[in-house]
Amino acid sequence: MTARLFGIGWVFHLKSLTHSLFFVLVSVLQPVIFASIAFFMFESGSQTGTLLYLALGAGLMGIWSATLFGSGGAIQWQRWQGTLELMVGAPPPLLALLLPLTVATATIGIYSVAGTLLWGRLFFGMALDFEHPLTLAVALPATILSLGMLGLLLASTFVLYRNANAFSNLLEYPVWLATGLIVPLSLLPGWVTPISWVLSPTWGMRAIRDAAFGGNAWPEIGMCIALGLVYLGLGALALRNFERLARTRATLSLT
Amino acid sequence: MSVSARIFFVGGAISYRALFNWIQPGMYVATMLGSPLFQILFFTYVGRYAGSQDDAFFIVGNAIQVAAMAGIFGMTMGIANERQYGTLQPLLATPANRLAIFAGRALPFVVNGIAVSVFGFVASWLLLDFRPADGSVPALAVAILVTTCSCVALGMLIGSIGLRARDVFFGANLVYFLMLLVCGVNIANDDLPGWLGAIGRCLPLTHGIEAAREIASGVPLGDVSGLLATEALIGLAYATAAYVLFRVFEAEGRRRASLETY
Repeated sequence: MTARLFGIGWVFHLKSLTHSLFFVLVSVLQPVIFASIAFFMFESGSQTGTLLYLALGAGLMGIWSATLFGSGGAIQWQRWQGTLELMVGAPPPLLALLLPLTVATATIGIYSVAGTLLWGRLFFGMALDFEHPLTLAVALPATILSLGMLGLLLASTFVLYRNANAFSNLLEYPVWLATGLIVPLSLLPGWVTPISWVLSPTWGMRAIRDAAFGGNAWPEIGMCIALGLVYLGLGALALRNFERLARTRATLSLT
Repeated sequence: MSVSARIFFVGGAISYRALFNWIQPGMYVATMLGSPLFQILFFTYVGRYAGSQDDAFFIVGNAIQVAAMAGIFGMTMGIANERQYGTLQPLLATPANRLAIFAGRALPFVVNGIAVSVFGFVASWLLLDFRPADGSVPALAVAILVTTCSCVALGMLIGSIGLRARDVFFGANLVYFLMLLVCGVNIANDDLPGWLGAIGRCLPLTHGIEAAREIASGVPLGDVSGLLATEALIGLAYATAAYVLFRVFEAEGRRRASLETY
């Protein structure tokens, strides 16, 4: 029953998000533009980064943006559309209804990875040679799932702030930086590294790069899954708290 | 004060307060100060890693470009949101001078864009050890003013299109991100493929950023006056196109009774 609910909800939200021009921009066009910027910067510089390295990094940037903007405002959007009361009033737990949405926002990030890889292949003749394609086929869904769980945590905590959308705008660049998607963490101040450990895109990026360029990606995949479970637990707690407060204070539909 | 001047100044200020009544201090700080700051940090660190240019290149490029956030998104909303809020018809029913209505809206976004850009430079001075050449700050201020005005002009054009288009914010977002690529913000115009560089030279920002970089490195204002004049002319061209579109869409909207239809 729960699996069926998750599956149907996930497909529904995936279709819905795919029809949104905003998410097309965030998950396809923006990563391709950022990949192009990074490529031209590297081409005119002294660093010998490969195009595939940049394309994968820009793809993950798109997954984070889609998750951040999609999940960060998820509850607020349901509230504006007048569907939040229906979700809370429905027999299944709110968590079971919201999780498919947050995982769907991370899943449309697949468009980002596909978009940046296709961009590299078509316009720059980038070779799509992956050292461990099967590991990559596991690393990518594991990353997306863990980001979906992180999305749940964002959704259930951002709703407590009136300026949650602005908060989403604020968090896009810092997480791109702090998770080493383009710039290695060794170039950043030392205090950034511990922050990167609790952010699943860090481990997802490492897993994907290890799978693509050679290396043991399984420990990072494990970290992605473990962090995803932590996010799920924290998100469930925060969501229960939100639901309790909203029922007690009768503020469910109030923005 | 003449009627048109009053509409320009007072009307512009009132329209800003009315259309942006939802702006809260926290929202402003996060979106208009926090996000630009992290954009500057992000590209400066990518630049360090790529080894393509020195820090000043990215700091000046991005600190000027962030003015486009107010210029493009703000100005687009400043025109297109009249339609969304249902106030376009009463506005256009007034006999007020259209040029004063239209141009007056730009003023708050010019001020806002300058504030964001100045914040970007100050934050870079504090966090990234950015030091412009001695005595270059007044000239840098001129470059910021001219470039912000031309960005606002582009925002006017997109806003005017928003009087007819269904989803103008998609266009505004796309233009904003494309400017990061083609306007010499992070990549010198000469390092881009010819056609991309040519697009960049037709857009606001490109010449203003080039001038600001020269100024920050110690070149006198007089030596970059050509670049700033080109930037101003590009802005003027976009503003003119925006006003023409505004009037065309107004006339079309009246003729077809479609001012607020989507």
